[in-house]
Amino acid sequence: MNLLKKFLFELQAVTNLLWRSIKGLRKRPRYFADIVMQMDQIGVGSFGIVVLTGFFTGGVIILQSYPTLEYYGAQSSAGQGVATGLIRELGPVLTALMVAGRVGSAISAELGSMVVSQQIDAMRALGTSPVRKLVTPRLIALVFSLPLLTIAADLFGVIGGGVVARELHGLDMNVYISSVRTGAKFADLIGGAIKPIVFGLIIGLVACHSGLTTKGGTVGVGLSTTRSVVLASIWVIVADFFLSKLLQSLFGSTLF
Amino acid sequence: MSIGLAEAIFPTVTEAELPADSRLIPAIEFRDVDLAFDDQVILNKVSFSVDRGQMRIVLGPSGTGKSTIINLILGLLKPDAGQILINGEDTTDFDDQDLMRIRKTIGMVFQEGALFDSLSVYDNVAYRLHEERVPEDEVEHEVRRMLRFVDLEDAIDKMPVELSGGMRRRVGIARALVGNPNIVLFDEPTAGLDPPTSRTICELAVKLRDIEDVASIFVTHEMNNVEFISSEYAVIEPTGETRFQEAGKTFCLTNTCVMILKDGEIFFEGREEELMASTDPYVHRFIRGR
Repeated sequence: MNLLKKFLFELQAVTNLLWRSIKGLRKRPRYFADIVMQMDQIGVGSFGIVVLTGFFTGGVIILQSYPTLEYYGAQSSAGQGVATGLIRELGPVLTALMVAGRVGSAISAELGSMVVSQQIDAMRALGTSPVRKLVTPRLIALVFSLPLLTIAADLFGVIGGGVVARELHGLDMNVYISSVRTGAKFADLIGGAIKPIVFGLIIGLVACHSGLTTKGGTVGVGLSTTRSVVLASIWVIVADFFLSKLLQSLFGSTLF
Repeated sequence: MSIGLAEAIFPTVTEAELPADSRLIPAIEFRDVDLAFDDQVILNKVSFSVDRGQMRIVLGPSGTGKSTIINLILGLLKPDAGQILINGEDTTDFDDQDLMRIRKTIGMVFQEGALFDSLSVYDNVAYRLHEERVPEDEVEHEVRRMLRFVDLEDAIDKMPVELSGGMRRRVGIARALVGNPNIVLFDEPTAGLDPPTSRTICELAVKLRDIEDVASIFVTHEMNNVEFISSEYAVIEPTGETRFQEAGKTFCLTNTCVMILKDGEIFFEGREEELMASTDPYVHRFIRGR
């Protein structure tokens, strides 16, 4: 019962944080420079690891599935597996998990350090809302950056799959590209774009809430950073299930 | 410091934002303020007021609600009962937006300075002005004047990590004074500092009280701070220099009051002379350490 109560209180606090961030958008100042800086740190800064993750994930899909496809004589469909697997599920989820690890932890640690060194109190005392100055720009940056990073991960995943298919299995590149095009449906792309938006919100809200509620000095900063990464990762995976179900009911069960 | 320079540093003292009869209205007023966290009573029917040009030193052991008073003034905490008035306005039930407006009339000096690590000294001091989108040439002018006031103009381009503890506090004071607040709150600003640096911080607080007519609350648990602030006053020499004089036995400073908290209530309230003359065991133990 206590756990349920704690969960409900946390949910209430996170929802309240989201509401205040949205409300803050209507008022001046709007901190465009902070949004751009966060997009640079979150988006551009995460590009390398996301691309690497996508590339090798695409490669391993081909590595594992090609022998089976070859057994049934369906090598020409190899790209289809990469396209559907990456765009529908692995691209958004793996990108979100990588960003939760890299960016979520950084946000939580930064805000947590600001809390324990009274910088957040100083900001309030100087007449600035920490939600508008710190939370809103990070949420906006994550919501815009994560879909773009996911597209990059998908693209490099397809390239990684192609490289493995050609170099290790000798599959003709035209055949591979053609099967990728068959596999990637328009609805997949919509789903692949909606999921990262929700994941971005989850990562941002969990990390900011975790950081802003840090207690107990440097040990507290470490704990809130760990909590942020763990909770964001779990909620991304849980949300992925429910989003997939929702998208299935919207676009038809065969697609998601 | 000359009168001219003092006026140049604090040209308006937010007069425009204050009521016309602001001198008759206490800058800070607590009326029967109660606050408890779960079953622990932090403040119980606490009432006091601070006028402009006055300083209230809040003493007490850790956990007696000293910093809580400051958080209540800033609106970072809400009282369970009672009223808090800032410049005559009842801020008890103010929403975030109104509190932000009130906070702009208050300067706050934190225990460790609470400087923004990612910003230079210049950007830290300029923070409030940058938020208000003040043109950059005016910002630089104001920042340099404030840093001159705390004697740190040379550190303008440094990052907080390059500053000593005392310098951080002084930058914190400069940041708090931007915008000419008529209330300044000091939350243990000398904690962990060596005696000469502590004295420098106290001198700045006394200058604000005596020359700039600022209402202030000075939270501390260091008796040497209390003795200095309660016994010395700042005057401006004909040469323009600020000089600190001891009140001595000829007259006593009535613009400084000491308040000791115990179990959420005001246990002692009076001048430093009365504090020192007190025979109460609790006061005695606190001021003498035994």
